[in-house]
Amino acid sequence: MTVGAWEAFWLIVHREMRLSFRRPEQLLQPLVFFLIVTTLFPLGLSLRLSLLKDIAPGVLWVAALLASLLSLDSLFKSDADDGTLEQLALSGQGLTVIVVAKTVAHWLVTGLALVLVSPIVGTALGIPTDAFATMLLSLALGTLTLSWLGAIGAGLTIGLRRGNVLLSLIVLPLATPLLIFGAAATERAISGASVVGALYFLAALCVFTCTLAPFAAAAALRITLE
Amino acid sequence: MWTWFYKLASPPHVFGVAVALAPWLFSAAALAIAYGLIAGLAIAPPDYQQGEAFRMIYAHVPSAILSVTVYTVMAVASAVALIWRIKVGHAVAAASAPIGASFTLMTLVTGSLWGRPMWGTYWAWDPRLTSELILLFLYVGVMSLRSAFEDPARGDRAAALLAVVGVVNVPIVHFSVVWWNSLHQGATIVTLEGPKMPGSMLWPLLSMWLGFMLFYGAVLCIRVQAEVLDRERQSAWVREAIKS
Amino acid sequence: MSDFWFMGGYARYVWPCFGFAGIVLLWNIWSARRALAAAKFRATRAMAMAAGEAP
Repeated sequence: MTVGAWEAFWLIVHREMRLSFRRPEQLLQPLVFFLIVTTLFPLGLSLRLSLLKDIAPGVLWVAALLASLLSLDSLFKSDADDGTLEQLALSGQGLTVIVVAKTVAHWLVTGLALVLVSPIVGTALGIPTDAFATMLLSLALGTLTLSWLGAIGAGLTIGLRRGNVLLSLIVLPLATPLLIFGAAATERAISGASVVGALYFLAALCVFTCTLAPFAAAAALRITLE
Repeated sequence: MWTWFYKLASPPHVFGVAVALAPWLFSAAALAIAYGLIAGLAIAPPDYQQGEAFRMIYAHVPSAILSVTVYTVMAVASAVALIWRIKVGHAVAAASAPIGASFTLMTLVTGSLWGRPMWGTYWAWDPRLTSELILLFLYVGVMSLRSAFEDPARGDRAAALLAVVGVVNVPIVHFSVVWWNSLHQGATIVTLEGPKMPGSMLWPLLSMWLGFMLFYGAVLCIRVQAEVLDRERQSAWVREAIKS
Repeated sequence: MSDFWFMGGYARYVWPCFGFAGIVLLWNIWSARRALAAAKFRATRAMAMAAGEAP
């Protein structure tokens, strides 16, 4: 029975979700990291809540970036370790479909989780609730883009010694436009200026990355698995 | 007619070309840079706005152009190596990375020294400066990735992919002054109305630009020899090549 | 002549600027030649080892 690309996609997403939920503690780690890092800033800077909102967008985004990076290591690692990745590659489905499925599943359990937790963090940082819509949208677009950049980086660094340091070194420079525009969007929402430009740019980055990154990530996997 | 082009895929041929070209490129580079420096530092008149400080343009602008050009060369060589599996491409990419990184550092430092008297600050988180800094990080990332693999061939391919992915930063660096409100000056040489600089200031700049490009070519020749030797160590032609 | 070195008061920016540029150019030459020497050494050694192993 040959499996079509869509079927393969859903099968893999389903598998990834089931595997992820088998170890809920693993899912919580990036979230807890996100919360801890965001609390470090107000503690370290001892600012009043009203002043905190000035740095809040940047703090939020840096924390989200770091939390996502933390979880990217697991994107391909466990499958590469036990040989599943090679089996998937040999399955004839084409690495691109597999990569898209794994990355989407990864975003659902990490990026999306960060987005859902962000109102709590936003409140803790003094971000006013009427900026929440922009904050959520910008984080959703940003974490999705980041998952894709991370997929490329993860594909290149599977199995390397100190792979996660290299992964961060590769992904962070590529993610700086995200950081700049994501934080800018939230900042403008807080100050009441128009967020349309920043959000359009974030969306453009997201679309650009989502269309090209799968091929780059599949190529990266091919290089690693050869 | 295109044989000279196809031969470039052959490591011994590239090695031979590099050995032969290097001295000429160094000499030409030295001449162009010498003229550029003398004319730029001593002959060109001072700028009516920036005074003598504008002369830093003769170090800053050529290095900036080179930092971006070398990355592009590295990305193109990487793409060629990945798509057509021409190993010489990896040698050129690996040879170009440290040169490009050094030019990027030169750009950042010379720009910083120019920024202090002109803008009052050694640094600003401005789109052009930031994207140039990211370019430096990308160079470092490519070099680190290549050296992290035990299998050099795999390292070459991984670094090549990263170089190609990172090339999106190149248009960002170039167009940052157009797309955003930048502290940094806009385009003055390549504009629709022609160069905005008088000839006495422009010619030394063009000469420095040419000199730096020739210098890159010369250093590339040296480094490419080393990279080709490392990748072709087992081949028979290496024995003869080293004797020289 | 001293006007030249003075650079209209900007000397402490202009000369370090060109100085650093010069250092980078020199480093490029030095580093490339060192890399080539090292590569030649590694190749010679590889050939010697291969020759030594052949009966």
